[in-house]
Amino acid sequence: MLQFPLVVTTQVDVVLVLVSLLAFWTRLSRLSSPNAVVFDEVYYGQFVSLYMKRVFFIDDSGPPLGHMIMALGAYLGGFDGNFVWNRIGAEYPSSLSVWSLRLLPAVCGALCVPLVYLLTLELKFSHLSALGASVLLLLENSLIVQSRFMLLESLLIFFVLVAFLSYLKFHNQPNSCFRFCWLLLSGGSCAAAVGVKYMGVFSYLLLVGVASLHTWNLIGDRTISHLSVCVQCVCRAVCVLVVPVLLYVFWFYLHLTLLHRSGPHDQLMSSAFQASLEGGLSRITQGQPLDVSYGSQVTLRSSASQPIPCWLHSHKANYPIRYENGRGSSHQQQVTCYPFKDVNNWWIIKDAGRQQLVVSSPPRPVRHGDVIQLVHGMTSRFLNSHDVAAPMSPHSQEVSGYIDFNVSMAAQNLWRVDISNREAESESWKTILSEVRLVHVNTSAVLKLSGVSLPDWGFRQLEVVAEKQSKAHSLVWTVEEHRYGTSQEQKEREAELHSPTHIDVDRKISFWAKFLELQWKMLTVKQEDSEHKYSSSPLEWITMETNIAYWLHSSTNAQIHLIGNPVSWGVAHISLLAYQLLAAIYLLRRRRGLKDLPDGVWAQFVCLGYVCVGGWLVNFVPFLLMEKTLFLYHYLPALCYLHLLSPALLEHTHTQLLSRSTHRRALGLCVCVGLVCVYLSYRTFCPLTYGTPELSANQLQALKWRDSWDILYRRR
Amino acid sequence: MTQSTTTRDTSTLRNRRTGPTSSREALQALEDSQAAGLSPEDDTQSSNGTSHHLSAGGHVSRDPQSGGVVLMLVAGLSFATRLYRITEPPHVCWDETHFGKMGSYYINRTFFFDVHPPLGKMLIGLAGYMTGYDGSFPFAKPGDKYEHHNYWGMRGLCAVLGSFLPIFAYLIVLNLSRSYTAALITATLVICDTGCITISQYILLDPILLFFIMAAVLSMVNFSLQRFRPFTSSWWLWLILTGVNLAGALGVKFVGLFVVLLVGLNTVWDLWRLLGDLSLSLVEITKHFLARIVGLILVPLFLYVTIFAVHFVVLNKSGPGDGFYSSAFQSRLIGNNLHNASMPEYLAYGSIITVKNLRIAGGYLHSHWHLYPEGVGARQQQVTAYLHKDYNNVWLVHRPDNNASQPGTADLVRHGDIIRLEHKETTRNLHGHLHEAPLTKKHFQVTGYGINGTGDTNDLWQVEVCGGRKGDLVKVLRSKVRFLHRATGCVLYSSGKTLPKWGWEQVEVTCSPYLKETPSSQWNIEDHVNPKWPNISLSVLKPHFLEILLESHIVMIRGNSGLKPKDNEMNSKPWHWPIDYQGLRFSGVNDTEYRVYLLGNPVVWWMNLASLGLYPIMVAVASIALQRGFSLGQKRKEHSLVLQREGGLLLLGWLLHYAPFYTMGRVLYFHHYFPAMLFSSMLTGITFDVLLKSTDLLLRPPYSDWLRRLGLLVLLLSVLYSFYLFHPLSYGMTGPLAHEPGSAMAGQKWMDSWEF
Repeated sequence: MLQFPLVVTTQVDVVLVLVSLLAFWTRLSRLSSPNAVVFDEVYYGQFVSLYMKRVFFIDDSGPPLGHMIMALGAYLGGFDGNFVWNRIGAEYPSSLSVWSLRLLPAVCGALCVPLVYLLTLELKFSHLSALGASVLLLLENSLIVQSRFMLLESLLIFFVLVAFLSYLKFHNQPNSCFRFCWLLLSGGSCAAAVGVKYMGVFSYLLLVGVASLHTWNLIGDRTISHLSVCVQCVCRAVCVLVVPVLLYVFWFYLHLTLLHRSGPHDQLMSSAFQASLEGGLSRITQGQPLDVSYGSQVTLRSSASQPIPCWLHSHKANYPIRYENGRGSSHQQQVTCYPFKDVNNWWIIKDAGRQQLVVSSPPRPVRHGDVIQLVHGMTSRFLNSHDVAAPMSPHSQEVSGYIDFNVSMAAQNLWRVDISNREAESESWKTILSEVRLVHVNTSAVLKLSGVSLPDWGFRQLEVVAEKQSKAHSLVWTVEEHRYGTSQEQKEREAELHSPTHIDVDRKISFWAKFLELQWKMLTVKQEDSEHKYSSSPLEWITMETNIAYWLHSSTNAQIHLIGNPVSWGVAHISLLAYQLLAAIYLLRRRRGLKDLPDGVWAQFVCLGYVCVGGWLVNFVPFLLMEKTLFLYHYLPALCYLHLLSPALLEHTHTQLLSRSTHRRALGLCVCVGLVCVYLSYRTFCPLTYGTPELSANQLQALKWRDSWDILYRRR
Repeated sequence: MTQSTTTRDTSTLRNRRTGPTSSREALQALEDSQAAGLSPEDDTQSSNGTSHHLSAGGHVSRDPQSGGVVLMLVAGLSFATRLYRITEPPHVCWDETHFGKMGSYYINRTFFFDVHPPLGKMLIGLAGYMTGYDGSFPFAKPGDKYEHHNYWGMRGLCAVLGSFLPIFAYLIVLNLSRSYTAALITATLVICDTGCITISQYILLDPILLFFIMAAVLSMVNFSLQRFRPFTSSWWLWLILTGVNLAGALGVKFVGLFVVLLVGLNTVWDLWRLLGDLSLSLVEITKHFLARIVGLILVPLFLYVTIFAVHFVVLNKSGPGDGFYSSAFQSRLIGNNLHNASMPEYLAYGSIITVKNLRIAGGYLHSHWHLYPEGVGARQQQVTAYLHKDYNNVWLVHRPDNNASQPGTADLVRHGDIIRLEHKETTRNLHGHLHEAPLTKKHFQVTGYGINGTGDTNDLWQVEVCGGRKGDLVKVLRSKVRFLHRATGCVLYSSGKTLPKWGWEQVEVTCSPYLKETPSSQWNIEDHVNPKWPNISLSVLKPHFLEILLESHIVMIRGNSGLKPKDNEMNSKPWHWPIDYQGLRFSGVNDTEYRVYLLGNPVVWWMNLASLGLYPIMVAVASIALQRGFSLGQKRKEHSLVLQREGGLLLLGWLLHYAPFYTMGRVLYFHHYFPAMLFSSMLTGITFDVLLKSTDLLLRPPYSDWLRRLGLLVLLLSVLYSFYLFHPLSYGMTGPLAHEPGSAMAGQKWMDSWEF
């Protein structure tokens, strides 16, 4: 029965709304200026373009969710992916909606402000503290800069804050029926945070830590029945551990579903992976015969992607009789690995017992353990190895195309096929799918790409050797192109090799295989450690020793820098120190049985420490141990935790430590002065945050508060 | 069901019983406090004050007589296994080439540089000296025959120290868990481990390091057993011994820091416990605190410094390590060209000089016939900083104009003068320009440019004496000099970063636009040859001992972090170690040679691995049971507590000695795992012991006992048998390699990655 009048009562926290509006205003106003590529937009932009074109790529810097969110913004704004991201400062064309590219990160950045407000409330501090925290975040120049462009940090911070907020909501409402929804949301946001940047893992681990501590207390609570404890533990484990993992995989599922065309990063992946992409390799390999048989013509690709992917190759040139360092060689035909498609990459698989080089009918497939010979298609030399030191890696055996010089050096050209993934695939040699090791029968050495390039006499191609007893990945080969040979005569065969291969069939590998391969490649692809002009070391972040110039107008002095608000930066670190001191004193006194704080307040104080100081620690300390190139923006998540901490600590001081009203009033005054200072320094650095108005060289000079800051002046 | 009720009955009975305090009673009180669900900060009734006079040793169930016999057995076996065939092979094995050589340096008193602190090598040198080795063997490379040289003393010292490891492990586990079974399992594992045997038998630092680590842990454990009678003589003894052994461990290798950390954490925990004991007054707690500061910080620090003092006193002759140190340091060494140096006092035009950076381990300004590679600034000749003395470090001082060779104008260089530095070997000028430096991108590149001293205006540098005024003379050795680039205003700077392979792993030299005065931008003139000026004897200020100490530490740390893995070299990864993935060839490769291969006994190591997996599960189960307040029997509670506390300590030890290697950038070897392996073996002892004692969860009493004994027997016999199988790895093999049928190790190459 519907009852009238239908009344809806809502309570609106006006302060919260106001702060949110301000946040949106600071983050979203004039979003499309500067109308040029700013800093790392040049990096992420290319991925957005590739999403628009559905072209596959690998980005080793992080998982794909953040890229996909930015791509979503671009998609909604109608970006077609046709822009060359080659240089910071390049102007965007008028057809491109810059606003839409930058919108989602900016919105997330703006939402962080109300989130911090709510989070402080969930930590059981007052609305005034909540206001303080959100104002600190609101007026933090570095966060504003980082949110206003197509960058990932604001997304990361947003998801981390959502995760903690919803977890605390879950924890603070023991009897609500929605509480597991909050926990689920928390797990989901953790997955999103990790999906945006690997750095999210640190916050996720902290959350798992806090959750397991609470669960441990739950286990110790003997007023609850065993059954209920079990159910709760399982629910928590599902929400906090299982759901995030599944979601994380889901991001990759989306990523791989979206990107189905082949592109520039194909070569890093295995042949099977490449064949699953549209265009590229699949165009060549479609419809090839699956079973490698005697008489098959094949190209053999090394599965090592270091230094670059390449194919087993030979050509009409011999090893020099003497190398530069005086060692001798067999002077037989060179066998190398060549990173480009070439007719000299074709080899024919020959049965050692028979003469013919064509496929019989029916074809006789090669199986694991068979002994074969490999004949080079163009020169008809046999793949050979012997106890002669290889040119660049003298501890390994040389591999050559055998030439009989009549110097009592017999041919040793028998190779045993060793299919290393025969359990997963099959006993017989399959195109693309089988990973094969070629074991030299006479010496039991294995054909291997050494990874060193040959000098000029070898045309700078990569060295191939045979090595005994090593288990590296670099000695597995796969058949990539394949067809059944039909021509017995050498001349015909050469013509045949020159003609392209193709017939049509579809071949798929499972999503899990693709996911695992992609994830593994992303984690292991080596980043070049090069020092960037604006890179910095973690210890410099605390004192904000360096800044990062994001953009400089092409003709004027207008510029954007990543510089934090120095006043709030200082306040944050002082409060961090103060909390640690205070916590140490409290702990020692409690241990001696002197309880300064009532239990409720103590629990609140400890919880503040777990979230804020813990959050700062896990987002800062790991960087001290990392060897990659680091930038100031890596510190922003840690900084957000500190901005949460300062107002809460002030409130603690106000209510617990100061008893006299004069002291309290003095503290209030200090806080007011501090806030004014924060605002003033925010105003001062605004020109460097928004890029307008343009400042004169003298004004810029005045903004250079630290000698080590790099502010650019244009010479006129 | 019946069992659980009886247990509860006995436990209530015990609670009601009153009588003389015993340690069991104390334990019970602890458990009760846990059972009541109190957080540890509230458990103040635990009996650790002076009021209780207990002997924890009384808890051991069997009589001390048989304990002594077992200990003697362990000692005998471990000495026998370690000392057996100690002189085989009679040639230099693996790193003996380094540490044997360094032992000889001590005997010859020549100065050298090594990345490890000196105690281990001093002991080796001492052992050699005592047993009649005269320090004349060159230890040039592995495989060199010792011939008539007396090397058994040095190996013997290592083997004797290594023989203490099983004994210490036995005692540690016994004192921790108060269980002979656990101790016996541990001792068997360590005795039968071929890896421990091999690493103890040669002239290496590892047996010495392991000895001190284990001794420190043992003293720590014994010290905590004394906690019921603080400030007695045995309490002091073990405290001081802990400190002494810590100093020893740290004095051998910096890996000793991990055991320092372990002891430190344990001590903090101990103090925290004492602080929570409200029966102790603050004065007493302060006494405890101060005692630990003295025993665990001051004593080790003093000993550690003493080790270095001895090191510097003993090594007083110039040797191969000179170039790593500052000019002042070198002047101490007899035979060095700076010892009682005699050279022209003031820098003059036309002089031949070497220039040394003032940063510690800064190196000499260096250039050589190699260009910067493409893509790294301009393709001109490299200028680097080099730590060794070399003819390529020599430079000529010229006037800016090219007529420096004017006769008779051998003028002195003054503060503010413009000079040109010409590299003597390649006749190129020191040159700077506005290209990015190779590594420090904010700085400018420095190159060698021009030919026969002809260059351009970018070759001009202004000399400034730090703290000097215009016109001041430049004192050789004593003045701190800066070189300001005339054209760009930057200052010659050594960044301390190691160049990649193209730069021969020498140190980068740049021109820094930041003019801050740091040692990196300050240089001094070290060698100075100028025939036109008289040589004057210079007594360089002798450095203070603490300065030498600091300097040698920084040099060692730099050296350590400079040990980067080479590109093509097979590199051992930390995850290889616990699974015994790959060993190290100590001696011999071919089938004709005498081969020794450092590899852990796979049965022992895989058992350790299994227990590392088993332990967390058992602890989790035990902790949940305790936290949830299930009624466990008295014995089971005891086992749970042993797992939690003592097992936790050993796990922490394992973690501390293993996990940090994952973050290290330096080149790693298999033998780095041995300290962690000992902790892991002790943990295995405790884990398997508790596991065997928990057989009564499965079967009823008489059968469970049989199962327990059977399990123990199988465990010990399998370890012994595996030792029999793998002993040739340590004691040497000849004949065909393992993959051939005729070999002694045929069929035992269980993993393809093993290379014997």
